[in-house]
Amino acid sequence: MLWQRIGRTLRDGPRAEPPAPVDAQTAASLAGRLEAAAQAKLGRSLAILHVDAGSCGGCEIELRALNSVIHDLERFGIRFVTSPRHADVLLVTGPLTRNLVEALEQAWTATPEPKFVVAVGDCAVDGGVFKGSYAVTGGVGTTLPVDLLIGGCPPTPERILAGLRALLEANARS
Amino acid sequence: MTTASAIIRDAETEPCLPWPRHVLPPAEWARMAATLADEPTLALLALWADTGHAYALLLDETARTPLLVSTTVEAGGYSALSLVRPVAAWFERMVHDLWGHTAIGGTDQRPWLDHGHWPQTAPMALRVGPPGGRSEPPEFLSAGSDELDQIPLGPVDGGIAAASHLRLTGRGETIVRLEARLGYTHKGTLTLMRGKSPRAAARFAARLSAEATVAHAIAFARATEAALGCEIPPRAVAWRAVMAELERVAVHLGDLGATADAAGFAVVSALCASHAEAIHRAAQLAFGHRLMMDCVIPGGVAADAAPGGPEAIGRALASLAGGLPDLERLHNSAPLAGHLSGTGVITVAAVARFAAGKADLPPFSSSVPLREEAAGGDNAIRDNPSTSPKRDAERAAPRSPAAGDIADRARTRLMEIAESIRLTRTLLEAIPAGAVSAPLPPASGEGIGFAEAARGDIWHWLRLDHGQIASVFMRDPAWAQWPLLELALAGQQAEDLPLILASFGLTSSGVDL
Repeated sequence: MLWQRIGRTLRDGPRAEPPAPVDAQTAASLAGRLEAAAQAKLGRSLAILHVDAGSCGGCEIELRALNSVIHDLERFGIRFVTSPRHADVLLVTGPLTRNLVEALEQAWTATPEPKFVVAVGDCAVDGGVFKGSYAVTGGVGTTLPVDLLIGGCPPTPERILAGLRALLEANARS
Repeated sequence: MTTASAIIRDAETEPCLPWPRHVLPPAEWARMAATLADEPTLALLALWADTGHAYALLLDETARTPLLVSTTVEAGGYSALSLVRPVAAWFERMVHDLWGHTAIGGTDQRPWLDHGHWPQTAPMALRVGPPGGRSEPPEFLSAGSDELDQIPLGPVDGGIAAASHLRLTGRGETIVRLEARLGYTHKGTLTLMRGKSPRAAARFAARLSAEATVAHAIAFARATEAALGCEIPPRAVAWRAVMAELERVAVHLGDLGATADAAGFAVVSALCASHAEAIHRAAQLAFGHRLMMDCVIPGGVAADAAPGGPEAIGRALASLAGGLPDLERLHNSAPLAGHLSGTGVITVAAVARFAAGKADLPPFSSSVPLREEAAGGDNAIRDNPSTSPKRDAERAAPRSPAAGDIADRARTRLMEIAESIRLTRTLLEAIPAGAVSAPLPPASGEGIGFAEAARGDIWHWLRLDHGQIASVFMRDPAWAQWPLLELALAGQQAEDLPLILASFGLTSSGVDL
């Protein structure tokens, strides 16, 4: 059975799909922003910590899809880590509930410089449908400086990947 | 001696469809609470409130009928049910934090959703309280001995998972107790739904818990349609059924993959991920959204399936059906089976105690409308004939497996995937013609809706006032499953925690509201 599997893989190639080109426009505008912010360079890899700031779980489904064999993140130098101390990027989902503000701030403080904040999903961008509730602040930007917004409810894995690769590209250029 | 169900059935009723609401005076409610102890067949599904009343939804397991009861809140309190139904404790804490009603005699009075960060207390009460909740740092149940270690996990735990805090108390590598603290993802969803039209509020129902977005949308739509006495076209029923089954398959694949991943079996998680991706893409093609969020609306479905969509679904399911024997073989292979067998055991008694469904659920499916028997209260929940493939499969392979371990849960998921594939194919062969939605009258009424999500049963209740939502509650299956997790982890090895967690597939957003 193992041999069959190896044989299939040799015949069909990997399950990962060929990557789309990086969106040059987004990368260029991001590069400008990064230069302006005088951010130190990170090199050509990103270690990402996911922080749930009150998501319904939709963005997480797409993040797990992104982290699966289909997109094979490691070939781009992108990987998910489990501690803020190992992270370059805080990838935040959810409308930032008041009950999670402190946890998000602690994660941010524990992340070493230089660091980026990416808001993923309509909720993280501005609170989404939950805007105006007593229980949410209305987006990650209310608490942290956000470097990249990726809208969508939820954004597709391809869209999240495009954003992250633009961030990598911009970082390499600036 | 009077039984609780007799007390409930003798009470006066208010119109609520398809099951009436039994209105108990506070003294009768207290008597019901006391007599529930002698009637284990009455399972508590949910407990909630509005500004002046407390509500409980019970399931009479012998008659297979839900019983909705309510009582007036007097002097800010109602008699607690947590003494006789342990699952009520979390609901009572939630009711206190949102409406300010106290459960008199409740087993746990600690705050739950309110962590002390909101600009107000009791945000859903008639008179909203001043800011100043009280719960940081949280109180945890005492471990009982100084020699035990405590390990705090979360709310930022590094996985791509929902925010929750787990407090592990252990002796060396052995977990003595796990206590979950939730409420982090509380978004004030119920408050946002009040005063909105059902169509507008459906967006919130669809975002209560994304892994059950279709199921929640269906339950919400059904509650609305019941309240308004609205019939939906058969074509909408069929598309809903297809969506519900696709969601079930995708969620089961995700849970199987996560479990295998936690057990160190990358090949299984890779296979599951690629099958799930195919399902999501087919859903995108057919219904315009990978998770089918907002595709089910009160009155029907948002749009007809796009041309080529049903064929795409058929292809994804065919490929999955082809890969299923491989997945089953891998799950039965010694290395993986050895990991999953005997770990994270939940007993049938525990499932029954928390009314967690699944093991003892009546054979009804989310995919089809529930038809209530107009005459005769008994056996009010009926399947539509079109569920027959599912029901036959259930009879052939009973759902409540004996061991209750992770391997059993994996087997159940694999079995359900096979059932769902069969059911969806049957449905796709004969999608009825006609419209896909019906208009909703802006009327008043009260209704209950039900749907079976991949992870358990979902119940929605709402009251409409001239076409606007006056009061609503949504019961996610996780309410009953988090307490089960606490039970299942006692005595387990700490290193098995990620595996057991993955096998449960718990989310916090559904219970955090």
